[in-house]
This record gives sequence, structure tokens and C-alpha cells, in this order.
Amino acid sequence: MDTPLFAAHALRKRFQDHTVVDDLSFAIRPGECLGLIGPNGAGKTTTLRMCLGLVRPDEGRIEAFGLHLPEDTLAIKQRLGVVSQFDTLDPDFTCAENLRVYGRYFGLSRQTLDARIGPLLAFAALDHKADAKPGELSGGMKRRLSLARALINDPDVLLLDEPTTGLDPQARHLMWERLKLLLQQGKSILLTTHFMDEAERLCNRLVLIDHGRKIAEGTPRALIEAHVEPDVVEVYGEGATELQNDPICQLAHRVEASGETLFFYTHSAAPLLQALQAHPGLRVLHRPANLEDLFLKLTGRQIRQEG
Amino acid sequence: MGSLRFWPVFLRNLLVWRKLAVPSLIGNIAEPLMWLVAFGYGLGSLVGDIALGERTVPYILFLASGSICMSAMNAATFEALYSAFSRMHAQKTWDGILNAPVRLEDILLAEMLWAAFKALFSVTAILAVMAALGLAQSWKLLLAWPLLLLVGITFSCIALIFNALAKGYDFFTYYFTLGLTPMMFISGVFFPSDQLPPWVQGLAQALPLAHAVALVRPLFLDHWPSQAGFHLAMLLLYASLAWLLALKLTRRRFGV
Repeated sequence: MDTPLFAAHALRKRFQDHTVVDDLSFAIRPGECLGLIGPNGAGKTTTLRMCLGLVRPDEGRIEAFGLHLPEDTLAIKQRLGVVSQFDTLDPDFTCAENLRVYGRYFGLSRQTLDARIGPLLAFAALDHKADAKPGELSGGMKRRLSLARALINDPDVLLLDEPTTGLDPQARHLMWERLKLLLQQGKSILLTTHFMDEAERLCNRLVLIDHGRKIAEGTPRALIEAHVEPDVVEVYGEGATELQNDPICQLAHRVEASGETLFFYTHSAAPLLQALQAHPGLRVLHRPANLEDLFLKLTGRQIRQEG
Repeated sequence: MGSLRFWPVFLRNLLVWRKLAVPSLIGNIAEPLMWLVAFGYGLGSLVGDIALGERTVPYILFLASGSICMSAMNAATFEALYSAFSRMHAQKTWDGILNAPVRLEDILLAEMLWAAFKALFSVTAILAVMAALGLAQSWKLLLAWPLLLLVGITFSCIALIFNALAKGYDFFTYYFTLGLTPMMFISGVFFPSDQLPPWVQGLAQALPLAHAVALVRPLFLDHWPSQAGFHLAMLLLYASLAWLLALKLTRRRFGV
């Protein structure tokens, strides 16, 4: 196993009486995308802020590139790229100026910036918007400009806090494609998200947290195999919920109800599908188990307070 | 300090300002000059000369030398309150910068110096117009320039305390209405403060603006200020204590 580029050991953070991060450890290996996933309020953003030295952990330590927080904060940040949950672009500057001004915070020279700005705007599919201000950009364009800005110092590790929240499907797919390109180029990424399709597509490994604690860790496939039955049959439509007390449930390993839909988790779907043919009014969807099933199994289906 | 990391942040503000310079010029320069002309010539023709110690000076010169300090104070205060708060709170510019290798104290230093620079810019332009009007003639006024920069620094440090405490823009109204406006009236900007009750004079002496006026006014009249060391020390004391408090409160606000 490679030595990690970035590692957090036993982080703990309390705000007043509330423990938001509790004994959390993880490591980012070179070239991998590590996903930090969890419901709202699970402690993802606080963890990222601790990684940036913006919040000081009560316990635990963070190391990166052989350096330590908090004493080497600036040297560590010099090699990080950050896209925060909310855009902090400068509204008075054009896209190109946003990159230039941000690059100066890293002490980059004019020559370096001249050489980097064009290619980064092209990478973000914004080369035609170099002279536009953020106010003239769509949500997806703004996020891509934030990503380009985070790359201005050619960072080794990217910290991305919910990079596609609020974007339409086209914009999300374009963002994913760009992040995959970065991984191919050898960048390492720490990504927080609550979109399971995003985590499944991008992340090599996942750390699932809830109430500030790590509750599972591994590759998406291994996590699903370890925690969820391989086949899922979703049943919805008129009278679906009444099946909850039907003997048909014995054909599944586990049954969950969410609103008007029943989820049958099973190791072999064939007998169940056969039996469901007796209910032609119901709509049936048979699919392999995915990360969302795992997420819901481990964190529950109840709605969380915005955190 | 010992680092130049504040410089790119200062430069950022300068570049934004360059884009919006014309409207901000009007606010910072045209308005104080209108007041000066209207009150200086209008009221001055009623008031006549003002007795200052054993000398008398035309009212407009009295007003010009006091109001230039007020302009430095206002320009620095506006920038360090409203504009800095926009960048810190509404626009989240500071949060973006903090993700780069720049410390909170570097940002605060940049904001402080930027507000002081804007004060210096305003007073320079006002001094130029005063010179054209024949109000600013003494070569000693070259010394007023660094002094007014110090006035800008002092008031931007104080304003940054309120910036760190503010929940919204409304909060700044208290500082202006209950702090700066009464201070303006008791500090000898518009009329000599020796006509005020002794306790009010004592209060004015404990506040920074009176010391700024005491340093700058004599230079307009081609004299050297008396007790210059004391007045300078008062401004420096205000600036350094306010800076330390602003830094402490800003750190608390950002949880570091």
C-alpha cells in the first residue's frame, strides 16, 4: 500500500455539548478519489474545514505531504485545491481575472499565471467566457470556474465539498467527466457528497459517516456486497404497501417500506418476481443493489435536520 | 506579521476599486467638498474669523483643516465597515481566500491598510482641490499627508472591531450615530471646542478625532502643532489597541 498523501487520525470536534466529529480517521492514497459520504449534518463539512486548518480539532491530528497541521498550515494549503460547498467567486472580476487574482494568493508569478489561465478555462469549458463575470454564468459554469480556480496552484490533493449539489444532470455529468480526467492525470481527491450515484461513479473508496462517526469504509462494490443483498425488487403502484403483511414477503430476505414503495432485498429474485405476477396492477422494478441501498440501510430512512 | 501575504489581498481590493473608481470618487471627494464650499463660504460669511489662541483665522480655513480629518475618518470607516463586511459576510470573499495559503490576520491587515489607503486617496484629492481654491498653501501640509494616513489607519482599525462584531449592516448605524457623529461635533471640526462645557472637552480629549485635528489644523495655518508627541501617541495608542482587539474578535468570529 502506498503511503497516504493526506491522513487524518482520530479527529474529534465538539461544538458546545454536541460532538460533530467523533474519532474519525481516514487517509487519501496517491491518485485515488476518497469519498466522504453521509447524511446532512453527519460532520462532512466540519471534517473538511479541519483538513484546511480552519477549524481546530479538539483531539486527533492531520498530516499531509509529510507536514503537520496546524504548524505547517500554509505549506500544506500551498499544495491543496479547494472547492467549497458555496461558490466564493469574486463577482466584480471576469472568469480570467478570478483565476489570476486567486493565483496571486499562492504567490504565483505573472508568467506562471499567463501560462495556466487559458488551459484551465478550456478545461472548465469556459474558454468562450473568459471575459464574462460570474453573474453571467449558469450554476454549472460557476462550479466549473470554482474547480478551475482550485487548480490554479496545480495542487496534489483536491478537497471538494459537494461539488455538484444544485446542478442539472448535464452539468453534473460534465463535472464528473472533468473530475475523472483529473484522476487520470494523477491528482488525488477527497470528495464529500450525499449523491450516491456520484460516489459510486467517482470514488475508489468510501468512508461512510453518520453523527460524526465512521460507520463503514471500503470500495463501493465491497461495501455493497458486505452489507446489502445483491438483488433489489422495488414494488409500487395501487395497493403496493398492503403487500407488507402478505406471505410474499417471506420470499425476500428483508423488506422495507418508504412512502408508497416497498423494497424487497433478496439473494435470488426469481421466485419473488414469479409471485408478483399474481398482482398485475403493481409496477415492479428489478435491479442490482446499489450504494443508495447501502446508505439507507446504514443511516436509516428518516429525514435529517439540515446540518 | 513579518509576511507579505497580505499584499495579494490588498491588490485584489485595489483591482476591484479600479473598476468602480468613478462613482466611489464622487462619494469620497465631491460630497466633502460640497459641504466645505457651502458651509465654509456660506456660513463663513456670517461667522467671520475664528479666534484660535492669540490668532484669528477665516472660518473656511478653520473648517477645511478640521473637515479633512473628518474625511479621512469617514472614508476609512465606510470602507472598513460596509465594504469589508460585504467581502467578509455577504460575498464570502474571505472564505475563498482562506482556502489559499493566506492567514486570517493577513486578510485583516490587508483590509485595514486598504481602508487607510482609501482615506489617503480621498484626502489627497480633497487637498488638491483645496490647494486650487487657495485654502491649502503651506508647504507644511506635506506633513499632513502621513498624518492623515495615520488617521485613516486609526479609524479603520476601530471600524474593524465593529466589523468583527456585526450580525448585519444595521449594526453599523449605531457606531455612526452614537459614536462618530457626536465625536465629530465635540472634536473641533466645525467649531472650536473650548466653547463646550469642560467635561465635554475632557471627553473629546479622550477620543481620537480631536488629536487628529490638533495635529493637522496648525499645518494648514503654516504653524507647527504644539504637543505633537502627545497627540501622535494618542493616535498610535488607539490604532494599536483597536488593531489588537479587532484581530482577537475577528479570530473569534472565524473560530480560529
